[in-house]
Amino acid sequence: MTSQDNMSEEHLPEAHGAHGGELAVHGDAFADPGLPPHEHRRTDIDEHAAARAERQVAMWFLLSMVATIGFIASYVLFKPGPELKNTVYIFPLGHISKLNFSLGMTLGISLFAIGAGAVHWARTLMSDEEHIAERHPIEASPEVREQVFADFRQGAKESGFGRRKLIRNTMIGAMAMVPLSAVVLFRDLGPLPEKKLDSTEWAKGKRLVNMNTNEPMKASDITVGSLTFAKPEGVEESDEDFQEVIAKAAVMLVRMQPADIKDQTSAEWGYEGVLCYSKICTHVGCPISLYEQQTHHVLCPCHQSTFDLSDGGRVIFGPAGHPLPQLQISVNGDGYLEALGDFSKPVGPGFWERS
Amino acid sequence: MTTHAEPTAVGDHDDHQVGHSEAGVDQAHLGEKAADWVDGRLGIYGLAKANLRKIFPDHWSFMLGEICLYSFIIIILTGVYLTLFFTPSMGEVVYHGSYTPLNGIRMSEAYKSTLDISFDVRGGLLIRQIHHWAAIVFVAAMLVHMMRVFFTGAFRKPREINWLFGFLLLFLGMFDGFMGYSLPDDLLSGTGIRFMEGAILSMPIVGTYIAMFLYGGQFPGNDIIPRFYTIHVLLIPGIMLGLLVAHLILVFYHKHTQFAGPGRTEKNVIGMPLMPVYMAKAGGFFFLVFGVIAMVSAIASVNPIWAYGPYRPDQVSTDAQPDWYMGFSEGLIRIMPGWEIRAFGHTLVLGVFIPLMIFGLVMIVIAAYPFLEGWITGDKREHHILDRPRNAPMRTAFGVAWIAEYGILLVAGGNDLFATHFNLSINTITWACRILFFVGPVIAFTITKRWCIGLQRRDRDKVLHGRETGTIKRLPHGEFIEVHEQLSPEALHTITAHEQFQPMELPAEVDENGVKRKVSLLTKTRARLSQSYFGEAAQIPKPTPEEHAEITSGHGHH
Repeated sequence: MTSQDNMSEEHLPEAHGAHGGELAVHGDAFADPGLPPHEHRRTDIDEHAAARAERQVAMWFLLSMVATIGFIASYVLFKPGPELKNTVYIFPLGHISKLNFSLGMTLGISLFAIGAGAVHWARTLMSDEEHIAERHPIEASPEVREQVFADFRQGAKESGFGRRKLIRNTMIGAMAMVPLSAVVLFRDLGPLPEKKLDSTEWAKGKRLVNMNTNEPMKASDITVGSLTFAKPEGVEESDEDFQEVIAKAAVMLVRMQPADIKDQTSAEWGYEGVLCYSKICTHVGCPISLYEQQTHHVLCPCHQSTFDLSDGGRVIFGPAGHPLPQLQISVNGDGYLEALGDFSKPVGPGFWERS
Repeated sequence: MTTHAEPTAVGDHDDHQVGHSEAGVDQAHLGEKAADWVDGRLGIYGLAKANLRKIFPDHWSFMLGEICLYSFIIIILTGVYLTLFFTPSMGEVVYHGSYTPLNGIRMSEAYKSTLDISFDVRGGLLIRQIHHWAAIVFVAAMLVHMMRVFFTGAFRKPREINWLFGFLLLFLGMFDGFMGYSLPDDLLSGTGIRFMEGAILSMPIVGTYIAMFLYGGQFPGNDIIPRFYTIHVLLIPGIMLGLLVAHLILVFYHKHTQFAGPGRTEKNVIGMPLMPVYMAKAGGFFFLVFGVIAMVSAIASVNPIWAYGPYRPDQVSTDAQPDWYMGFSEGLIRIMPGWEIRAFGHTLVLGVFIPLMIFGLVMIVIAAYPFLEGWITGDKREHHILDRPRNAPMRTAFGVAWIAEYGILLVAGGNDLFATHFNLSINTITWACRILFFVGPVIAFTITKRWCIGLQRRDRDKVLHGRETGTIKRLPHGEFIEVHEQLSPEALHTITAHEQFQPMELPAEVDENGVKRKVSLLTKTRARLSQSYFGEAAQIPKPTPEEHAEITSGHGHH
C-alpha cells in the first residue's frame, strides 16, 4: 500500500522534534527546553487563601440549594397561561410569563452554581501540576499483524469459502436478495403519484367562494387594487380532506382595468378584468400573499418569487420556474363568479411528470 | 489508601481485616469491597487503571466539543419530558383552551398539544424553550467545534474516522433539528414541510414517488407529523447516540491532541488528570452550559408557535425563516434563478434541484477534506501536535472560504429581513448574493492566504530579531531605535515547532533513456495541488537554528 505512492516519502519533512536531538551540538536555540517548572498558585502556599477558596466553593453550592427551593416555590406560587395577570414586566424584555421567568432563572442558577462551584474548586484547590503521559503507536507491531493475517487465512481455509464456489456464490446471492423484502415493505407508505398532481378540485360550473366570508362572489365584489382569496364551492374547513384540497385549489382574485392587462389570453380567461390565479407558488409551493396594487405584481413571502398578474402570471424575479396557472372564470346565470373548468396546467411546484 | 495486595481466593475479603483505627477507613473499605464486587463481574479495574488518571491537555478551544456533548444531553433530557405531553397527530380538533385568541380555531392535535405544553403545563414552556435553545446551541457548537478541529489540523491521521463521525453528527443534528421544529405543525414549520415537498418533487424521475410515499399521499396528508415524530425522537437520536459514544471512545483511545509547546511532542500528552481535575471542570461545565441555556430560556422566547397559528396550506406569514442551521440551504434556494427545462413531456426543475445538489456538495466537502489533504501531502504518519492555522495557509484559506460561502448563503436565506431592516431592495440583495456566491469565497481565500503568510513572516521576524518591546532608545549619535528583546527558549521552540512540507515534484518528462514518461492526470493534479499548498508562494521558510545563531551571535544585535 505504501510502496505504490513512490513520490511521497522523500518529500516529507523530517520527523518531528528532529532538531531536539543531534543538532543540539550546535546549541540549537529552537530545541525543546522541556516542561517548565510548576508554579504554585496562591491557594497552594497560603492556607488562608485556600480556606477562602473553600468558602467560595461552598457559597456556590449553597446558592444552588437556595435556587432549587426557589424553583419549587415558583412552581407552586405562579400560574401558567397567557393572561396578563400571569406576566411580569421586565425591562427590556417587556411582559413575560412570571412562571416561565422564575422557573427558568431559578433552574438556571441552581445548575450554573453547581458548575461554577465545581470549576472554582478545580481551579483553586485541586492540583494544577501538569503530568506527562506517553503515547503509544496505534498500529500493531509486525508480529501481531502477521499473526492476525495468519489466523484469518487459517479461518478462511477451514471455511472453504474460497474453494467451494457454489456455496460462496449462492450465499452472496441470498444475502443480496434478502433486503428486497424490506424494500418491498415500504411500498405501502403512500399511493402512486399517477395523475394526482395534475388536477385540482376546480371543475366547470363550480362557483368561487370567498375564503373569509364563505359566500359565493359576484364580479362587483372584487374591487380594483384588492387581493381576494377564494376556494371552490362545496369545500368546507371541516372536511376530512380540506388541507389536501386547499393545498392545490387555493386561488386569488384580482381586478384590474382591462387596458392594464398585457396578455390577451389572460384577459379572455378573466371576467371584466377580474382574473383568478392559483395561490400556490410555482417554486416550492408556498401560498402567495403579497400584492402590489400599482404594478399588479404578487410576491411569494418564502423565497421572493415575483409574478406579474397583468401579464399571464409571468415570473419577473426570483427562483420560480414557470408562470402562475390561471383559472378560466366567468359568471353564471345568477351573476356569481364560476370556474369554466380545472386549471389547464398543474398548480404548484414543477415535477418530472409535468409537461 | 490501604493496600489490598495479596491475590488470595475470592471471597476472602470478609475476613480480610486491616487493622486501621482512623475514622473513614471502614468506609473506604466498604467502597473497595463494592468496587471489587463490580470488578469481579465486569472487570472494571483494567478500564479504570487506564482512565482514572488519564491526562487531558488544556486549551479553551477544547471546550467546544464539550458544549456539543452537553447540549445533546440537555436535548435528550428535555425531549423525553416533552414526549410525555406531546400528541404527534394530525387529527383535527377545535381549540378551546387557555390561549383565547385561538379559541374555536381548527388545528391538529400536534399543534393543540404544543399550545397546552406552553400554556397549561407548569414549566412546559420552559422545557420546550430549553429544548429548542439547546438544539440551536448544539448545531452551532458542532459547527464551531468542527472549525477548531479543521483549522488546527486535528483531523489528520489517526483521526480521520472520528472526523467522519463528527460530520455525520452535524448532518444528522441539522436534520433532526428541522424535524423537531416541524412537529408542532404551526404555520411557520408547515411552510418548511411544504418547501421540503417542493424540493423532493424537483428530483428527476423519482420525485413524485418519494413525495407520495413520504407524505402518505398528497401534501400535507395525515402521516408526516407522526412519521417525523418517530424519526425525530427515536431513529436519528438513536443513531446519533451510537455515533457520539464511538466519537468519545475514539477521543479517549487516540488521546487528545495538543498544541506545540515546551515538553510537548508527538509522543506524549501533557495536561491534567481526569480525576479529579477534569471530572470537576468538565462535569462542572455541563452544569454551566445547562444553567446558561435555562436562563436564556427564562428570558428569550423561541419559536412562539401560538403567534404563528396552526398550519394551513393556503396561508403563510411573512418573514418565513427556518432555524439558523437550515439558513444556508434557504439561501441556496433563494438565489437560484428559476431554471426549468421542459422537453419530451417532462420537466427538469433545475431551479430547485441544483440547490439541492449544492446543499449536498457543501456538506460532502467537509467530510472529504481530510482525505483530500492526506492525498496531497502523501503523509502517512500520526499527528498529535496541532497546527497553528497560519502554518497551513491553504487549508486555513480553504476553511475560511467555506465559512464565507456559508455566511453569504445565510444572508441570502434572510434576504427579506435584510431588505426590510436595512430598507434595501430585495432584488439588489439577491443579485449581490448571486455574485458573491462565486466571488466571495475567492476573495476570502485570497485574503486569508496572504494573511497567513504575513503572520508566518512576522513569526520569522520575531524568532530572528526578537520581540518589539516598545522601548525607544537613543544612540550616542542621535539615532532612535526600538529595543528588541530575544524570545524565551520556550517561545522560540513553540513558534518553530511546526514542520514544513516540500512540494511534490513531477519526475522529469523523459527518463534517462530519453523515453517519454507517462504521468497520469491524477499525478499531475496532485503535483499541482502540492505545489500550491507547499510551494514558494504558500509558505515562508521557517528560520533555521543556524540562521538564528548567526544573527544573535553579536553583530546582528539591534
